[in-house]
Amino acid sequence: MANGESEVGADAPAGGFVQLLTPEGERVDSVTTADGTTYSVDFTDDEYKGLYHDLVTVRRLDGEALALQRQGELGLWASLLGQEAAQVGSGRALRPQDMAFPTYREHGVLYTRGIDPIMPFGLFRGVDQGGWDANEHKFNGYTVVIGAQTLHATGYAMGVTMDGKTGGPDGEAVIAYFGDGATSQGEVNESFVWSGVFNAPIVFFCQNNQYAISEPLERQTRIPLYRRAAGFGFPGVRIDGNDVLASYAVTRSALDRARQGEGPTLIEAYTYRMGAHTSSDDPTRYRIASEVESWKAKDPISRLRAFLTKQQIADDAFFAEVDEAAKTLALDLRERVLAMPDPAPVTMFDHVYPNGSPDLDEQRRQFADYQASFEGSEH
Amino acid sequence: MSDNITLGKALNHGLRRSLENDAKVVVMGEDVGKLGGVFRITDGLQKDFGEQRVIDTPLAEAGIVGTAVGLAIRGFRPVCEIQFDGFVFPAYNQIVTQVAKMSYRSMGKVKLPIVIRIPYGGGIGAVEHHSESPEAYFSHTPGLKVVTCSNPADAYTMIQQAIASDDPIVFFEPKRRYWEKGDVDLGADPAGAFPLHQARVARPGTDATLIAYGPMVRTALDAAAAAAEDGRNLEVIDLRSLSPIDYGTVYESVKRTSRAIVVHEAQGTLGLGAEIAARVSEHCFYSLEAPVLRVTGYDIPYPAARVEEEYLPDLDRVLDAVDRSFGW
Repeated sequence: MANGESEVGADAPAGGFVQLLTPEGERVDSVTTADGTTYSVDFTDDEYKGLYHDLVTVRRLDGEALALQRQGELGLWASLLGQEAAQVGSGRALRPQDMAFPTYREHGVLYTRGIDPIMPFGLFRGVDQGGWDANEHKFNGYTVVIGAQTLHATGYAMGVTMDGKTGGPDGEAVIAYFGDGATSQGEVNESFVWSGVFNAPIVFFCQNNQYAISEPLERQTRIPLYRRAAGFGFPGVRIDGNDVLASYAVTRSALDRARQGEGPTLIEAYTYRMGAHTSSDDPTRYRIASEVESWKAKDPISRLRAFLTKQQIADDAFFAEVDEAAKTLALDLRERVLAMPDPAPVTMFDHVYPNGSPDLDEQRRQFADYQASFEGSEH
Repeated sequence: MSDNITLGKALNHGLRRSLENDAKVVVMGEDVGKLGGVFRITDGLQKDFGEQRVIDTPLAEAGIVGTAVGLAIRGFRPVCEIQFDGFVFPAYNQIVTQVAKMSYRSMGKVKLPIVIRIPYGGGIGAVEHHSESPEAYFSHTPGLKVVTCSNPADAYTMIQQAIASDDPIVFFEPKRRYWEKGDVDLGADPAGAFPLHQARVARPGTDATLIAYGPMVRTALDAAAAAAEDGRNLEVIDLRSLSPIDYGTVYESVKRTSRAIVVHEAQGTLGLGAEIAARVSEHCFYSLEAPVLRVTGYDIPYPAARVEEEYLPDLDRVLDAVDRSFGW
């Protein structure tokens, strides 16, 4: 395929986006954006197949989670359906030393970090509030308050600079995930200000899935989101968020800029939330079926599969094998979720303070005594 | 060997020592660098420790606390300055939903050793938002510890103890006492000093207990001195820690004196005094000769400066409450 301009394909929004794989599965060799940056990927066949494996796996696990919720085994689930390419591409672009700050929907990024996919299920099942070590996994806790994590990511990135860990290819970079709705939050805009002022090594990765629960993008912004970056003094790039290759290429480039000490980038991944906001939402109340249908034609997995087939990189046996492996993983996940024990009630008093509190110790003791008073009774 | 210095200078010395002792300590806030803070609490620190340790931040309080969270996740020990009490609210979301909950959310795997310094209280003739006492909001929030100093010696050790603690701590500074002097042992080891979350009997007495903190400790001590002339021997407790409160010291005192009066500048309804009165009533019921009384600000927004002296609890209002307690 010929080199493209930034506006590629009939499916691009006005103003264009970086696309390296069309919905029909055609490769675009490279894309050069208006600022002169050229994006491309140079994957081996196995690497392409690896991305396909990731996409299918995270979708299958997501489907299993939604089923578990419908069966009453999870209190809530926030599905990533439709956003697999944005998450897998950007997640695979991270180097091991990089730090990610997710929202509550980045199960795909979590998977690409090599983390056991069961890790966030305690939160959604209601047996804990997350409970993982951000530094151990280079993956911060899921943050539910919209946009709050962008400031944490910015502070962490400032710390990277203060530790002298930028300025070379081995430098560290930080990625902050958030959605289109979050871009209206003051704290997100503050994080843009701070990152710019302190030249923080950070990539702001906005998955614009077109809706903040029911509110469409037009209720959040007058201009395309990626263009906001200009006002804060750093580059903004829009990508086809359903194209895993564009997601990888642009994120890798932005992260490497950051780790070299060249400052922040905003990436707007233009995508679509195919499912509900969460399992508690009913999207038929605010969007029409034909819109959802039109996005089905841009599916991130089917386009990569079409490419792999056309290029004879993979055959049906490979696709069946990937499906089977994903199913096995999902069923294993299901079993382990069902086996998750409820916490002992008295543990609700744990970890409120690193150094504890005598007042809280007393409440814990009273609670334990109260619980013990029922032992042997019918209640 | 001790120096006679102001409370503000004692905080400055304490911050300096923390910066010297731990390379991970960073001071951040609006105007804390070149200017040294609007109250000069960070005076000279940027000059000596550099712009990376003493950071002049953009003018955004949520940003100050939110980026401190990220720095703390990375292993730093941020000391945030909120310029005035009434300006903490843009950061309220970060403090309450993030700083307070990170240890709990992560099951203790992520600690946020952040200190949020807030000059608070009235009495300086300021305009709106510069004289408030918002300590109850933070004391109500599990996951935060809240302390306040009342004198230079405590200011010097407590700020160092707060910075050394792994708990997130909101550190309230009584701004109208910044210029009051006291003896401070600058060579004292804060680790061996009076424990951070312990209340102190600031004046021993036998007839009634005044429970105060921050700027009101001086007022309570003055009231106790005046009451002594009338033959009443009042005990004054300086709470120092507002979350958790050292109730052991409070109960021990009230059981001896049989009378308790809580004094604070903050509005009375659902303030610290309400909680203390409830607890004392529950734990000292048979010792009490009178209900626990409160001397507080009124339930109005902090008023205009020309009438603030009528709003703030003072010696006479405290003595009036003492009279009411004895008249019960």
